[in-house]
Amino acid sequence: MRTIGALVAAGAALALVPLLTLPAFYESFLYLVFFWIVLATSWNILSGYSGYFSFGHGAFFGVGMYTTATLTTKFDFGFLWTLPICGAVAAVLGVSLGAIVFRAGRMRGELFALLTLAVSYVLATVILNTPIDGGPGVALSAVAVPAIGPSAPSTFYLLALAAAVITLAIAYQVQRAPLGRGLFAIHDDEDVAEVLGVPTYRYKLAALALSCALAGVAGGIHALFINYVTVGETFSIVVPLSVVLMSVLGGTRHWLGPAIGAAIITALLYAFTASDYAVAGRAAVGLILVVVILFMPQGVMGHLVRWAGRRDVPPPPQSLRSEAPIQARNGSIVLAVQGVSKAFAGVQALAGVGLEVRGGEILGLVGPNGSGKSTLINLVSGHYRADAGRIQFGGVTVEKLAAHRIARLGVARTYQIPRPFRHLTVLENVMLPAMFGHAGLPRLAAEREARRWLEFTGLAGKAAALPAELNLHQRKFLELARALAARPQLLLLDEVLSGLTPSEIDGAIALVREIRAQGASIVFVEHLMRAVMELADRIVVLSYGRVIAAGSPAEVMGRGEVVEAYLGKARA
Amino acid sequence: MPSAALLGQSLLSGIFIGALYGLLGLGLSLAWGLLGQINLAHFALAFLGAYLTYQLSAAGMDPLVTLVVIVPAFFLFGAALHWVLARFAVSAFNSLLVTFGLTVVIEAAIQWIWSADFRRLESHYADVRYRLGALYIPLPELITLALAIVLSLALWAALRHTDLGKAMRAAAEDASMAQAFGVNARALALLLSGISAALAGVAGLCIALSYTLAPSQIYAWVGVVFAVVMLGGLGNALGPLIAGFVIGVSEAITMALTAPSWAPLVSFSLLIALLVLRPEKL
Repeated sequence: MRTIGALVAAGAALALVPLLTLPAFYESFLYLVFFWIVLATSWNILSGYSGYFSFGHGAFFGVGMYTTATLTTKFDFGFLWTLPICGAVAAVLGVSLGAIVFRAGRMRGELFALLTLAVSYVLATVILNTPIDGGPGVALSAVAVPAIGPSAPSTFYLLALAAAVITLAIAYQVQRAPLGRGLFAIHDDEDVAEVLGVPTYRYKLAALALSCALAGVAGGIHALFINYVTVGETFSIVVPLSVVLMSVLGGTRHWLGPAIGAAIITALLYAFTASDYAVAGRAAVGLILVVVILFMPQGVMGHLVRWAGRRDVPPPPQSLRSEAPIQARNGSIVLAVQGVSKAFAGVQALAGVGLEVRGGEILGLVGPNGSGKSTLINLVSGHYRADAGRIQFGGVTVEKLAAHRIARLGVARTYQIPRPFRHLTVLENVMLPAMFGHAGLPRLAAEREARRWLEFTGLAGKAAALPAELNLHQRKFLELARALAARPQLLLLDEVLSGLTPSEIDGAIALVREIRAQGASIVFVEHLMRAVMELADRIVVLSYGRVIAAGSPAEVMGRGEVVEAYLGKARA
Repeated sequence: MPSAALLGQSLLSGIFIGALYGLLGLGLSLAWGLLGQINLAHFALAFLGAYLTYQLSAAGMDPLVTLVVIVPAFFLFGAALHWVLARFAVSAFNSLLVTFGLTVVIEAAIQWIWSADFRRLESHYADVRYRLGALYIPLPELITLALAIVLSLALWAALRHTDLGKAMRAAAEDASMAQAFGVNARALALLLSGISAALAGVAGLCIALSYTLAPSQIYAWVGVVFAVVMLGGLGNALGPLIAGFVIGVSEAITMALTAPSWAPLVSFSLLIALLVLRPEKL
């Protein structure tokens, strides 16, 4: 709240500038700074936070321009009334685009960039060839400028200032809110974010809608400012590229970054265009971009934040198990899988698999490589859809639910090869499932919860580190802490022991025991038979996508067909 | 409905412009697909090549002979570009931003040297045109078509059948693994990046032969050539040419049937349809 207060105070102070009656070009210059702050910051809400770089920001900005141009000149709307409509039209366009594009789930970054670029070309062509423009452009010279400030330039100055303050406040709030945390997680690993409970599709759409709406409003204001709207200028590639440049220069992972970049670039360009060296100014901007990406890929704010972060003192550890343990429901059936099949391009990974997990038990899931263990985990956690069969969790049919819904119901998983969010600290990694998973805790409680599980897994000293600073053993335990912080009822452990040294394995086995003692049910996928025999209450053996045996560990592992599946047929 | 001759002529012009799309896309596609380098500066380089052709021709050189100067110079530039990108471990996406910066610099340099005014290469090629029935075939376009086909086929064959080409494709798939098998992936990458830039120089010659030059025109080609590159499949040497023909011809037909200003709709609708319906194909 302090930041928002400071933002509003700065805005209020800047709103007094027109009273100084400076020459008009100061106001026009500052107008341009605020205008680019709005465009760059709004772009960053989707693209910087989530990593989906859009090259179509010019399209959404252009839609705003033409909405205002059309409504004021053809339908006699008052200028101010068109601004919310600009935002709405741009948001609707963005959401319809996003609904199609994001439907397929994850999309490669450069494809998204190209797609959004293509959309702006299509839009430009349509506007150019229909009565919206028709070719010659739209002149707004007859449209009245509302008398907000003492003069027309000061009116534009005040409008852009208000838009900039609102946009920055929104960017700040988004970054702090669950939406922002989810978007940052999407940036690093979208699949994992979804499995930990982040509603990735909705979040991407929400960010896109916000981003487009703000760009649309900026376009609406700008239409009257430049007074003459043409397709060539509006939809040129310069707008999206400038916005990307400003954001990258300032730093895309901080709400204030794009604003800093926008101010620097606008000032540079303005300084040069005002002189005789406009061409040199553009070259300087190009060079700056090259140098920044090469030497400072995280941007100005990225560097400041990292520099400030070094002096961050970790808070004192809290006592373990101070809060509600994972819920226990001994005996009842937690997970029921019936007749589940899954094929990949002709390979039948699972064929009619059925199994049950009871409350508080550890079910060992074993089988040779390629027998379908990981596929089963991916089906239960919702990453894949089953071709046939039913999966029920706690009495709820989950086989058609999105992964984040299943996570919220109380399923958590680890990955065999750890997949931490690279740009989030260890603490933030663990906070994410505490906020989005079954527990659904608010931020402060999530932080407490996360610290608790970091201590449980022995990572408390690494809370402020980035995952890259951890060794394999610690990354495996980070996976575990992340799954536990969701307070799951069912924990799916995918080969947590592989790659660990014998003494580390003993530690991990003790840890799994302790998790069970707190009441969670565990599906334990493992190749290391010593650990399976020690931990599992029951064992299910998969081979070629079928269950070939189930029962107590000692009994099952004694059976001939199980030994055969592992070692091949004996030739006597 | 336009006459058959007019339709035939626009079909032909579609093929010609498609060849130029393909030639511009060729270097871009190879660098993107095999090196993970999204080189926006490819367009600026092509225009730099076009201006150099213009300048050297004005000094009395035959436009085609200017390639003797331009190709080696651009090859060195391309190799140097990749050396810098590799030295700083620039990701694919960031290479797009770096080369955008480079584009702006080159554009400014062009404007500094040759001004923002339109320039037109006066060459003896421009006046030559052949007749084929009712159709006219201008020589500059014919040169472009020939260069595009020959270079695309040559690179395709080289990548597919020579040891060097196979090593390049292996290095593109997994550089460290290829290196473990004795492939000098770094040298190959420099070579490929050099070839890519040299191709931009050749495309520049073709632009100079057929079009009026202005620095602002650099951006006019970006959208449609990116569409061609995506449609053709990254890293495929024949893909850009084929996709170029498809887009060039469909644009030309659109122009003949409606108005020229509708043409961009075709290529980008094709691209959007492909991206949305078959993203796994790209």
